[in-house]
Amino acid sequence: MSITTAGYQLAPVLPELVLAIGAMALLMLGAYRGQGTTGAVTTLAVLLLILVGVLEYALPAGKQVTFGGSFIVDDFARFMKILALIGSAVTLILSTEFLADPSRRIFEYAILVLLSTLGMMVLISAGDLISLYLGLELMSLALYVVAASNRDNAKSTEAGLKYFVLGALSSGMLLYGSSLVYGFTGTVSFTGIAAATTISNVGLVFGLVFLLAGLCFKVSAVPFHMWTPDVYEGAPTPVTAFFASAPKVAALAVFTRVTLTAFPGIVSQWQQILVFVSIASMALGSFAAIGQTNIKRLMAYSSIGHMGFALVGLASGTIEGAQGVLMYIVIYVAMTLGSFSIILAMKRNGQAVEQISDFAGLSRTNPLLAFMFAMLLFSLAGIPPLAGFFAKWYVFVAAIKANLFTLAVIGVLTSVVGAYYYLSIVKTMYFDEPAGQVDPVRFEVKAVMAVFGLFNLLFALFAGPVVTVASAAAKSLF
Amino acid sequence: MTTWPILSVTTFLPLVGALIVYLSRGDDEAARRNSRWIALWTTLITFAVSVILVMRFDPNSADFQFVEKASWLATGITYHMGVDGISLPLVILTTAVMPFCIIASWKAITNRVREYMMAFLILETLMIGTFSALDLVLFYLFFEGGLIPMFLIIGVWGGPRRVYASFKFFLYTLLGSVLMLLAIMALYWNGGTTDIPALMHTAVPRSLQTWAWLAFFASFAVKMPMWPVHTWLPDAHVEAPTAGSVVLAAILLKMGGYGFLRFSLPMFPLASHDFAPLVFTMSAIAIIYTSLVALMQEDMKKLIAYSSVAHMGFVTMGIFAGTMQGVAGGVFQMISHGIVSGALFLCVGVVYDRLHTREIAAYGGLVNRMPLYALTFMVFTMANVGLPGTSGFIGEFMTLLGTFKVSIPTAFFATFGVILSAAYALWLYRKIVFGALVKPSLMSMKDMTLRECVILFPMIALTILFGVYPKPVLDMSAASVQQLVNNYNTAVTAVKAAALLH
Repeated sequence: MSITTAGYQLAPVLPELVLAIGAMALLMLGAYRGQGTTGAVTTLAVLLLILVGVLEYALPAGKQVTFGGSFIVDDFARFMKILALIGSAVTLILSTEFLADPSRRIFEYAILVLLSTLGMMVLISAGDLISLYLGLELMSLALYVVAASNRDNAKSTEAGLKYFVLGALSSGMLLYGSSLVYGFTGTVSFTGIAAATTISNVGLVFGLVFLLAGLCFKVSAVPFHMWTPDVYEGAPTPVTAFFASAPKVAALAVFTRVTLTAFPGIVSQWQQILVFVSIASMALGSFAAIGQTNIKRLMAYSSIGHMGFALVGLASGTIEGAQGVLMYIVIYVAMTLGSFSIILAMKRNGQAVEQISDFAGLSRTNPLLAFMFAMLLFSLAGIPPLAGFFAKWYVFVAAIKANLFTLAVIGVLTSVVGAYYYLSIVKTMYFDEPAGQVDPVRFEVKAVMAVFGLFNLLFALFAGPVVTVASAAAKSLF
Repeated sequence: MTTWPILSVTTFLPLVGALIVYLSRGDDEAARRNSRWIALWTTLITFAVSVILVMRFDPNSADFQFVEKASWLATGITYHMGVDGISLPLVILTTAVMPFCIIASWKAITNRVREYMMAFLILETLMIGTFSALDLVLFYLFFEGGLIPMFLIIGVWGGPRRVYASFKFFLYTLLGSVLMLLAIMALYWNGGTTDIPALMHTAVPRSLQTWAWLAFFASFAVKMPMWPVHTWLPDAHVEAPTAGSVVLAAILLKMGGYGFLRFSLPMFPLASHDFAPLVFTMSAIAIIYTSLVALMQEDMKKLIAYSSVAHMGFVTMGIFAGTMQGVAGGVFQMISHGIVSGALFLCVGVVYDRLHTREIAAYGGLVNRMPLYALTFMVFTMANVGLPGTSGFIGEFMTLLGTFKVSIPTAFFATFGVILSAAYALWLYRKIVFGALVKPSLMSMKDMTLRECVILFPMIALTILFGVYPKPVLDMSAASVQQLVNNYNTAVTAVKAAALLH
């Protein structure tokens, strides 16, 4: 391990500092100038996120550690942070219309997204259990409020409350697990835990299980997925897009870092947990989605399934596995943001429509929208030559190398089941008679759709560089 | 020799055509005519380029030719294209059949013409790519990618049960293929690469051979299709529009046979040898059982679909015989069946466009009104039966000959298929073309138009040409088949010798 600094430098946390100060400044702006500044605050927040992304990218290469080892900036962290920043920035852009409504002019929305993103960045860089918990709570608390941001809507409020109660429970489990791990190893730093856990002992494994349970909650993996469908359906659509992208990146990143850097000595112990969790998630994600009629609920089950696939890579516990997770999350975020931009574009007479039957005959009324969505759905199903195929390729290739054949076979079979419900939506759009015209699509939604739709469609052309970057990021963990 | 990437140009030219069709906006009659013409010219130019491939191809070499290699994904996965004597005939078959498909859809498709043409052009790219990819991941990309346009072709422009048929087609094929994907990954870790020529020279441990063979078999048996996983085919054929059926029968089914020749035999020779009895049994059952099923059909397309399954049985039987005659016969049978079954579906399309029913009972006595049609249909019926002098005979005879040397019982039972195919094909022909012209709906039937003649007459010429002079196809594939058979036999004998020593 080549640690360049172990002191208390501020240089590695510069992007986080800028984000924190920027968020405070925008809060002041909003607080003193009132709700009229919502539009300006949102725009500035997007610019701030872009600036932070650039700063993150410009950080010197290699691994840097600060605050006595509790904050790590390496290729892996940079990769995940930039991805989370992209997710947050894009969802803020997609929220413009939601916030433009006079009854919902809440400038706090953008501030909360910024603070939540700050939490994600801390989480991704966490080098010990304390900073992990700090980051996780900062991220989650902001998310609970954002979920309920449509105050006058009962469903939105319910979603926020449900998310909060279950999220608090999961935080409790995570804390309990952390305290056990600390108790049995005498340290909270990941490297320290790794050094202390060359042999497994029951108490430590017990702590590990609780820790993993808390993390599974955040990535919404089975059996800790119950909140997902309700929150996805209840929250306003731009918020759902946010939940499905950036927080998933952060949670998966910390999941990967904890398992691979803190517990590399007892791989066999957590591997069986992950194998179970990923099989259960993939199966539930595919089977439970079949009966759904609401597109957002369907996307919730779809994301549960996709987290299962991503965990297949992690379950292999190897460098290829970590690379698989990175590839999966990049492509997953792109597919999710693309899909949600299309769900947001679906409006009739100014009203958002969310039922799958509302997509009927979309290929006639709005061929481009239908085509992009169809390609994203085929991609989510993992059909080549679209991006989703490459995501599945990299996680399963890692599982095969780690000799996890049962996991791989069950995984690909569930992906066939999953293909069924994605195909059903394509069928609704292409084979059925039109259900009426859709409203013209707003510019910013169109732009997001174009970027991620083309990314998905043409991924095969520029897969090489992405693989190289992901591979370098994965190496930095080992 | 070549300075331009001729194989990639052949592969991606239709995709460019699809883009041009996309850019020609509008949905009025002029726009429809434009997209038809653009599609036709694209397929014709693609065919012309593929003819250059044939002219520059060196039939004496068993190596891959027109090879192109470029870096793509990280370690060991590259963009690698090339053709040999086994894949080139299939590439030509694809480029040659596509213009006919476009012409056949000229009048039949009036709804969403632009999308229809784009789907076909994209499908052509994916099919050519499947046959010319020399990297397993690239191959899988093309192989599976073909599902998307075909799903839409069946589902959007198909018959009344199109939704059921398209889902069945898609999910059946996907289920077989995902297992192959895992086997590809296992081969990747075994050989450190997914390069097909490199993997052909990589030793695969016996246990991995068995599992990988089974996984590849799962995919190709569904695609082929072999009994008992053939049930998606009749549904897909019946519901697909005419040109969709033609592509399905003429080209997509050949991907399975091509897969056996490209992967199963060269990469897993021992497993292929071990499982040959299984394949023989399945082929013999397929030939007899599906021929009997064909006898009972009331729908013309369904009958031809079942007869396709039977004919594909000859191909699998010949390939796994592992003899020179068997494998060469298998390749020839694929080309011949591509022309004949494609033409038969076009023949069905001719009467379907007039009467809008495929029920056999609705026809009878067509010879009185449509003499040209009766003649055309007869040639292809005879070729389907395997009458000497038509291309169908050569393929069936060679595969039987090749199998006879290895397994007499298989050849014995398969020969019944020849008799049964005569029974159902002649029965179909008699019901439709002969008999009294009594049904009032048939009284106004017109004979084939110039457009239909343009499609079917070249196919008649090819069927008879290859029937009396099969040399062009056989010569083109001879060197590659020879090498394949030699390698296969060397591997099998080496193991047998080792077993004797113990």
